[in-house]
Amino acid sequence: MSTISDPPSGSFQLSMLINDTRYRSYTFQFIALILLILAFAYLGYNLLANLQAAGLNISYQFLGEPAGYDINQTLIPYTSQSTHWQASLVGVLNTLLVAFLGCLMATVIGVVVGVLRLSDNWLVRQLMSVYVEIFRNVPVLIWILIIMAVFIAVLPQPRDFRGDDPEATMFLNAFAFTGRGFYSPAPIFGPGSGAVIAVFLASIAGIFAFRNYAKKALYERGQLIPTFWPSVAIFFIPAIIAYFIFGRPITLEYPELRGFNFQGGIFMRNSLIALWFALSIYTAAFIAENVRAGILAVSKGQTEAAASLGLRPGRIMNLVVLPQALRVIIPPLISQYLNLTKNSSLAIAVGYMDLTGTLGGITLNQTGRAIEAIFLLMLFYLAISLAISAIMNVYNNAVKLKER
Amino acid sequence: MSDTHAQTVAFVRDTMLPEQPPPASEAGVIKWMRENLFKGWFNSILTIVALYFIFKIVTGAYPWFANGIWTTSSLAECREMLDGMTGACFSVLTERWNQLLFGFTYPPEAYWRPTLAFVLLIVAIAPVLYPKAPRQLLVFTGIYPFVAYWLIWGGTLLAPLMILAGLIAGYFAFKQFERQSFAMGMLAGLVAAIVVIWAGGIIPASLPDALALQAVQSRDLGGFMLNMILGTVCVSLSLPLGILLALGRQSSMPIIKWICVIFIEFIRGVPLITLLFVANVVLAYFFPPGSNIDLVLRVIIMITMFSAAYIAEVIRGGLAALPRGQYEAADSLGLDYAQATRLIIMPQALKISIPGIVNVAVGLFKDTTLVSVISMFDLVGMIRGPILASTEWNGVYWELWGFAVFLFFIVCFSISKYSQWLERQLATDHR
Repeated sequence: MSTISDPPSGSFQLSMLINDTRYRSYTFQFIALILLILAFAYLGYNLLANLQAAGLNISYQFLGEPAGYDINQTLIPYTSQSTHWQASLVGVLNTLLVAFLGCLMATVIGVVVGVLRLSDNWLVRQLMSVYVEIFRNVPVLIWILIIMAVFIAVLPQPRDFRGDDPEATMFLNAFAFTGRGFYSPAPIFGPGSGAVIAVFLASIAGIFAFRNYAKKALYERGQLIPTFWPSVAIFFIPAIIAYFIFGRPITLEYPELRGFNFQGGIFMRNSLIALWFALSIYTAAFIAENVRAGILAVSKGQTEAAASLGLRPGRIMNLVVLPQALRVIIPPLISQYLNLTKNSSLAIAVGYMDLTGTLGGITLNQTGRAIEAIFLLMLFYLAISLAISAIMNVYNNAVKLKER
Repeated sequence: MSDTHAQTVAFVRDTMLPEQPPPASEAGVIKWMRENLFKGWFNSILTIVALYFIFKIVTGAYPWFANGIWTTSSLAECREMLDGMTGACFSVLTERWNQLLFGFTYPPEAYWRPTLAFVLLIVAIAPVLYPKAPRQLLVFTGIYPFVAYWLIWGGTLLAPLMILAGLIAGYFAFKQFERQSFAMGMLAGLVAAIVVIWAGGIIPASLPDALALQAVQSRDLGGFMLNMILGTVCVSLSLPLGILLALGRQSSMPIIKWICVIFIEFIRGVPLITLLFVANVVLAYFFPPGSNIDLVLRVIIMITMFSAAYIAEVIRGGLAALPRGQYEAADSLGLDYAQATRLIIMPQALKISIPGIVNVAVGLFKDTTLVSVISMFDLVGMIRGPILASTEWNGVYWELWGFAVFLFFIVCFSISKYSQWLERQLATDHR
């Protein structure tokens, strides 16, 4: 039998702080804490001394002062008389805009490339691996600047669209791809358009309801209801009918060449597009690898087992392979989204006014409030990445293998 | 029976027929093409689209390369020579190669020094990368950082030599006191190193010209050389820091654990560019008043912290992947924490983390281009700044960016191929 020895009783001695494993960790932590406090005190002392020498202080007053600079791509009303705080807000929205667009496009390209890398087609497989290797192994900053160079050096200027025999023409008379950016038609919402939009939203809800009903019918009565074509029909038909009933309230405003520039329509500035495309194709190369790894991670036995149950290929993909592959794909996918969002701070290299360009760029240079501006900048990115990590943890807990 | 049979049937074959070749569509190139290029209508369309795409690229790029001009001294001259034809002006590379590689203020007569440092880097890194390389070379690897510093920045050789002497003294002190305990050894080593470096600092200060090369300021570094310097220095510095952070994060001591967690999560949550802004405009406020730390050093500090946080996460993954039994086996052998970590845990955890570490290294090397945003003239900064803005070469985009893509691709692609090779070499299980 094993003897259970009591921990040595007896009075506490000072040497036990070093020699006794029970107390040693307290010693180490105490030393670490002291060193940390000393380091912070030293840095803080230097900071105060330096600020005093330069006659500066820490203050966030500047956020309320007029910014005095223009921003050429804004989502909310902004003039040069607005405050630095509003300029920062414009920057935040611009960051979120390019991050959202980039994630969307990167996912689409990444999934397509990832699937094509596993295709039966040798030529396509090779092409896709060339794409992935080239884009993964070159800095994203270079891709951003290269796409910007396409705008500067290749695409025509708006003045090239002028005259009877112009050097450049508009695509379908609606889209103009110029060196300054892309122009596309903008929807004009007339009276009654709210009803059309409501019908459209209702039909989207209807698709979900219909799919739920079909699923229920399959599980409860074993009745197989086709869903694809009815979904397409629900998506388009009610909205189109409503559009004509309400007298075509939504019209398009086409961009028009007036003088030396296009007027009207939606304008996306070249810096936004360069940033968006470059981030998308760069991140897509990484996402493609994640998708490929995820699909390969589902063992072949799963596919074969599903086939032996009599499932058709489409259903094998939807019901057996994808749910398992997604569990592998989604966590790295979300961290790629996070990377893309952080990389969007490179906007400053092409002059797109995201948060780094407004708060960390012009505001910082105009007010000289470096410490405050960069602190706020870091806080913003930190908040975004913590939020995304939190979402990822929730998701991971939801899909993790339920072991019984 | 057979007789009757023979009479009823006119002919019975009694020899084997020779094997026939498979149908033409089921053999050789045609079979391969049917299976790999034209399997079904969808694949055929894909193949045709891909072929068309390749055709467009080749026909577009070939004349551009073939008509390339290598000898002019400005874009205008180059356009004149091309006379309206499609063609590249590679002469920007032949004329400005020194700026692209070394930056525009590095003294031209000293170009051999970084070049030599680069060649020596390959020699120094060989024993680390290839287990089969002679082990004696590791001594050179240890000396290399000091030689490289002397070659690139110049000044007297005595200064790096004194630091090397300090480290050697520290090592011997560590060995001397390691018997007592690991912590004692570390403390003794640290004290010895600091004393020797501090005391020895008098010698290079009094003899600034002994074994001296022409001194180069940090702000004169530039071009691809700056990317290489930042990449190698920051990765090598962040590896030990990352190991410490990972161990700290796995530690059972809450204060140490939380210090590491907060550091890692903070650094990983912000983009590198904000850290570079810190290096550029904020970090100077945290140094003692009057001290003048140059920008390259500040950038190295921030990038090292950045990559240390990422490497720490990779190594933490390796530590978590080790079976619990390894920790328990080390404990049961009576090893203390330092011994167990050094002899049992780390070698295995690092082996598992190699692919991840290489990924971080490649990512970091690519991220060194971001220093161009804080107006340092690395390769991207050189292209955007002095070269594209010059009157001679304003408008030469594709040649310059192509060159940058080429350089980065070569380096990053070979590192990732190396990591795949090393992974196969280290796979000791499942054989």
